[in-house]
Amino acid sequence: MRAKAFTHMLREPQHDTLCLLYRKQVTDALKRYNDKIAAASVEDMVLNMGPQHPSTHGVLRLELITDGEIVKEVIPHAGYLHRCFEKHAENLTYQQTIPFTDRMDYLASMNNSHAFVMGVERMMGIDKDIPQRVEYIRVLVCELNRIGSHLIAIGTYGIDIGAFTPFLWCFKDREHIMGMLEWASGSRLLYNYIWVGGLFYDLPVGFEERCREFVNYFRPKMVELNRLLTDNQIFISRTANVGVLPMDVAINYGCSGPVLRGSGLKWDLRRIDNYSAYPELDFEIPIGTGAMGRVGDCWDRYKVRVDEIEQSLRIIEQCLDRLQNELKRTPDFDPRAKLPRKTIPKAQDYYMRAEGAKGELGFYFIADGKSEIPFRVKARGPSFNNLSVLPEISKGVMIADLVAIVGSIDFVLGEVDR
Amino acid sequence: MSFADIKLLLLDKFGADVIIGEETSGIQPALLIAPGAIAKVCLELRNNPATYFDFLSCLTGVDYSVEDGRFGVVYHLTSMPYQLQLVLKISKENDRSEDNLPSFPSVSSVYRTADWHEREAYDLVGIFFEGHPDLRRILLPDDWEGYPLRKDYKNAEFYKGIKID
Repeated sequence: MRAKAFTHMLREPQHDTLCLLYRKQVTDALKRYNDKIAAASVEDMVLNMGPQHPSTHGVLRLELITDGEIVKEVIPHAGYLHRCFEKHAENLTYQQTIPFTDRMDYLASMNNSHAFVMGVERMMGIDKDIPQRVEYIRVLVCELNRIGSHLIAIGTYGIDIGAFTPFLWCFKDREHIMGMLEWASGSRLLYNYIWVGGLFYDLPVGFEERCREFVNYFRPKMVELNRLLTDNQIFISRTANVGVLPMDVAINYGCSGPVLRGSGLKWDLRRIDNYSAYPELDFEIPIGTGAMGRVGDCWDRYKVRVDEIEQSLRIIEQCLDRLQNELKRTPDFDPRAKLPRKTIPKAQDYYMRAEGAKGELGFYFIADGKSEIPFRVKARGPSFNNLSVLPEISKGVMIADLVAIVGSIDFVLGEVDR
Repeated sequence: MSFADIKLLLLDKFGADVIIGEETSGIQPALLIAPGAIAKVCLELRNNPATYFDFLSCLTGVDYSVEDGRFGVVYHLTSMPYQLQLVLKISKENDRSEDNLPSFPSVSSVYRTADWHEREAYDLVGIFFEGHPDLRRILLPDDWEGYPLRKDYKNAEFYKGIKID
């Protein structure tokens, strides 16, 4: 009897707009969803995790249908941070859109603007004219930002699992990166540093030396962090064999970046597409091997990030070598020399993809050839796709394990919701 | 395998009724597909051992201007084993009325990525996908009116009685 009353309440259209929706073709899906929740509220228990839950890493709401401690189904509700980046991009010039790309994955802003800028440059046909020093500075700041992003992933993952100290260590070290990027660009988080055709400014004098100091300081810190967290038996017990994501499922769900590599596929767009200065740099692509459990479990995804930090440090060192020797700063070097006077690409559409900190970051442009404002821009955020696999791999896990899985995917809601 | 080879392969399999043209003016060539056959074509491209397009990078719903009255969906496929990329495009005319959304077959049975991407295209551009398992709005609230990325979209003044500035 109670069940019937409850279903009735949920099905009842609440006001006019809902009535309008109910008339449309799509009502079916909404009705199915409402019915499912209504039925689950009676048989099982519906539990809201988020939007303010600390382990959802932002404002994500997960609706869990639970049977005791077992999660039967997860229904993610995104959109709490939606700003419609694509609508903004349709109303602003390419150059003006760059600060908006920074706000997508706000933990790795440099990578976002790098991908966006490369796409515009290729459409303009000026991607071959970019000076080598500019390319190397771009790669340098991107890799610094990637380390910063991975440090947050690792630190907050520790907190999800119940280890507090790694969080503080990671944030302390990330602060050095923030400080350096602030020195270069003027802001801590959202840089607007990489511009179409060049850079905002050259690196400040002394940046290379300080960056090298940071690398030398940070290497031993990673060893310490590994001793504290990576090889910690409690941590391994919580993450190994949990949330196993097979490779074929990962590919089918469009997962990329550390999530896909954690499942054992060597797929890194820095190597596949060989863009920017990456073909001249030597680095390896770490993949998950199932060292502590099965391939593609949470520990593997975590370990890929730890190893990537190591590789990013290698890339940074190589960039610094070139920037201090053959590409040394000269008084007349102007990073804005190649900035196009008017950014009007020919009429075409182009999909640019690049390896962001979280995975394949894509921008699809449609240019009409007449104005500086794109006709349509679609952003393909890696977090959006990585998050979509969550309901698939968290069927039948414990609620505590769900927290481990969510943390291991490492998404940023700024990018999921855009 | 080049773009021309893939086109030939698809023409052999499906004929000119399905592969209705190509766009080769830009740096990324695209194949134009008959809207009704897109799921079939994707399935073939994914399963054929010569192409193996197993990864859907991006799915974009596009509103091609108000005068044109055309809506389209653009698919960016990636073949991981062969490291290839391919662009497929479908489009259809539509009168933009509330009760008659432009409708295309869903490819979410071929690529599970398409599930969320199609929900996004429905949410923001107002494209209906036939056979989609769960076509609800994803980024906007369920009771939102209109589709913001349409070219004729007027910004909402009120949401649930609250004035939007």
